Amino acid sequence: MNLFFLNIGRYFILMKRVFSKPEKFSIFRNRIFEEINILGVGSLGIVAIISTFLGAVITIQSAFNFTNPITPAYAVGVTVRDSLILEFSPTIVSLILAGKIGSSIASEIGTMRVTEQVDALEIMGINSAGYLVLPKIIACVLFNPILIIFSMFLGVLGGYIFGVYTGIISDYKYIYGITYQFIPYNVVYALIKSAAFAFIIASVPAYHGYYTRGGALEVGRSSTKGVVYSSVLILTFDLILTKLLLF
Amino acid sequence: MIEIKNISKSFGDRKVLNDISFRFEEGKTNMIIGGSGSGKTTLLRCMIGLNDIDSGEVLFNGRNFHNLEFKAKKEIRKEIGMLFQGGALFDSKTVEENVVFPLSMFTDMNESEKRDRANFCLQRVNLENVNNLHPSEISGGMKKRVAIARAISVQPKYLFCDEPNSGLDPKTSIVIDNLIEEITEEYNITTIVITHDMNSVIEIGEHIMFIHNGQNWWQGSKEEILKTDNAEVCDFVYATKFMKNLKSKFQ
Repeated sequence: MNLFFLNIGRYFILMKRVFSKPEKFSIFRNRIFEEINILGVGSLGIVAIISTFLGAVITIQSAFNFTNPITPAYAVGVTVRDSLILEFSPTIVSLILAGKIGSSIASEIGTMRVTEQVDALEIMGINSAGYLVLPKIIACVLFNPILIIFSMFLGVLGGYIFGVYTGIISDYKYIYGITYQFIPYNVVYALIKSAAFAFIIASVPAYHGYYTRGGALEVGRSSTKGVVYSSVLILTFDLILTKLLLF
Repeated sequence: MIEIKNISKSFGDRKVLNDISFRFEEGKTNMIIGGSGSGKTTLLRCMIGLNDIDSGEVLFNGRNFHNLEFKAKKEIRKEIGMLFQGGALFDSKTVEENVVFPLSMFTDMNESEKRDRANFCLQRVNLENVNNLHPSEISGGMKKRVAIARAISVQPKYLFCDEPNSGLDPKTSIVIDNLIEEITEEYNITTIVITHDMNSVIEIGEHIMFIHNGQNWWQGSKEEILKTDNAEVCDFVYATKFMKNLKSKFQ
């Protein structure tokens, strides 16, 4: 229990150092663009593949379950749209990003820590926490919602391509389904969730990387811890935010 | 001027530094020597604030570093150049970018001025045609020289070196030692070198502190260390056959 509170305390102390004024704004701005490129743009491929397949699988499973003749065929489109917008794109894609981005952040900062690169920054008079972590958090919070919108679009498109070209549903019914009683607030809800998850994805692994002690083995452990804890926190905050925002 | 007064530091129940005091001579190569685990690196980390101290004072021109506000500490750190044991170069940056980095952070130089300064520093440490290589593409000795170039790029007042010769062959060690000595004289830097390499001590040591069991066991010049009859210092200095033979010839 003590360890739990120790970690919570150290996390907030780190966050206090992270959210301090950058040494030089021009370098800080460049760092944000670098991180957007590495963490955000670099994740487009995996998000595209996962979202397209998710959309296709949800289409098949929905069609398979809607065997009752009373259920209209366009319900497949409605299910694909709502499943993707409400849960699959913001949560499942964030969990996958926690694995990809989270391990990368924890191992990068952890390696810098054990090879004294973080100390080198400190000795130069640079706030290492702010320099290393803040651009990653900002990049993730800014770019992850874009990734999630991209995921929603590709998921719906994947469902369309697979559903229509395999004869599971007609294109008219699918398009009618995805536009039927569309609630724009659902997208807002998904984007709020994805911004919150992005903060977790960047800050929790950064915390584990920043406090790495030892060598290569500990860097690996930090990376694993970063992914596991951020995944658990994503699921916890998914529940909390869903309750707060939908009811 | 740097002075340490009554520094003590423990890790749990283990006392690593025990009431150490020492005055480092300005513009000279000061050396902290001692066996492995004697507390040399911990002392250095305490001096530059990478580790907290339990008691005592680290005075930079009379200002107690550990009692200063974060901003004041930052100002002192900008005057410090540091050569880490492994170089601690930024892996993701090229050699030139590593040297340019502190200039970008703390000066208003334009790109060409920064590049000129980086080239000057790299030439000063006898490195040419490596600007676009990454740290993983250069040797250990070159990494140390790049780290020295990075440290001197912002013209520091103090240069701290943590075992600058570790992992280097004897010839490259002498190159690094001479470089540290030349830079200390040329820029009138107060240099503090941590080492257990007696060749380095004899080569460049001007003012030496010997740490034993976390205490300032002995201090003096390199001439004095060869003549002292302090048992622990003799054990350390004449640990190798070569030094023992040298001693018997000397006597």
